[in-house]
Amino acid sequence: MTIEKEVRSFVVDNFVFGQADETFSNTDSFLEKGLIDSMGILTLVEFVREKYSLLVEDEELVPENWDSVQRIADFVERKLGEDMVTSTVASAIEPEKQPA
Amino acid sequence: MMNIATEFSRDVLLLDAAAAVRELAHSIRQTVLQNLRRRGAVVGLSGGVDSSVTAALCVQALGKERVFGVFMPEKDSSDDSLTLGRLLAERLGIPTVVEDIAPALSALGCYRRRDASIRKVIPEYGPGWKSKIVLPDLLAGSYYSIYSIVAQSPAGEVHKKRLTPEAYLGVVAATNFKQRTRKMLEYYHADRLWYAVAGTPNRLEYAQGFFVKNGDGSADFKPIAHLYKTQVYQLGWHLGLPEEILRRPPTTDTYSMEQSQEEFFFSIRLETLDLCLYGKNHGVNAAEVAAAAGLTVDQVRRIYSNIEAKLASTRYQHMPPQLVEPVEEVSIQESHGNAGGH
Repeated sequence: MTIEKEVRSFVVDNFVFGQADETFSNTDSFLEKGLIDSMGILTLVEFVREKYSLLVEDEELVPENWDSVQRIADFVERKLGEDMVTSTVASAIEPEKQPA
Repeated sequence: MMNIATEFSRDVLLLDAAAAVRELAHSIRQTVLQNLRRRGAVVGLSGGVDSSVTAALCVQALGKERVFGVFMPEKDSSDDSLTLGRLLAERLGIPTVVEDIAPALSALGCYRRRDASIRKVIPEYGPGWKSKIVLPDLLAGSYYSIYSIVAQSPAGEVHKKRLTPEAYLGVVAATNFKQRTRKMLEYYHADRLWYAVAGTPNRLEYAQGFFVKNGDGSADFKPIAHLYKTQVYQLGWHLGLPEEILRRPPTTDTYSMEQSQEEFFFSIRLETLDLCLYGKNHGVNAAEVAAAAGLTVDQVRRIYSNIEAKLASTRYQHMPPQLVEPVEEVSIQESHGNAGGH
């Protein structure tokens, strides 16, 4: 499943409560649709942390990253990309370091 | 054309305090004696301005012999609450009782459950620590009202961590025992005396769902729920309440670390929120409110959307128990607001 599909499926299961999920598109604003409030965002942050092992900083908690399925998927993909770069750079700097 | 911008100012919240007190006293008399058919009022006294004004209005309406004040401190209450509450009761000349709710809260596991939830994000949290939950600063650019816990170790070290949903709900559920235990005791005294219970929310708290359902949200009547916080203060000054109460910064008095109401729920100063809520309720555009409140237009827009979001997310707080169909033989007149839940 793509990240976008996984996020959408989580939103449908947790915030649409089993109603037909055709009621919103992946680019619809959660705030404008009244779909998800701050408690919902907290739940999504936890979902992203558990599912993709991503830590979200306070300054990243803005609608640009969290206000639609599409935005969350883009944010997750961007963060996963950054993590890969960071770990590649780290292993290049310390090539002698072996895992315990 | 009339220049509307010059008309909107903080003055819109000014009341004719003497007339307002007369009307409120009349309304309370009518509500308690005629509608509710009780012979007096019980008021939980916190030492704050809302419960103090409510008690003073009840005295104006019903006489000091028919108003009963209840102080309900617990482990995390500030000492000021009881001192100021007593000062008020002496000024009003009403009978009171002190009910220490700490043993009941301990027996219910309020503190133990709360601390266990805090340990999910701050594992070292334990005896001797203090804590509170806070919101980010809406005016500084935060958009979502996401809570963090601030905890202070016995050595004075301060930790701040964003709460997980599980920890947040756990802390709130456990601390809600405080408001619900207090309400249980208010109703004990109301039942014993054949009195009605006065609720003490102001308009900001009522509209924004800043109360615990079946806790401080529960009452037989809520005489100041339509008044903005600054109007409650105006009545307080007019009623001659002790200055110490009127000059004390608003607090939730629910968490062990000192916590302002702004930090807990509103995240902006209450006077500013008053003006924005008034502006929004009366369809005043953001630019006019910004000029009057000393904010930027963007900040007022953010506050407007925050108010909107709170109204939507706290709708549950206002909902009475939901029935499948109306039960027609129960024809209680729902004169204002809602029946049931609060």
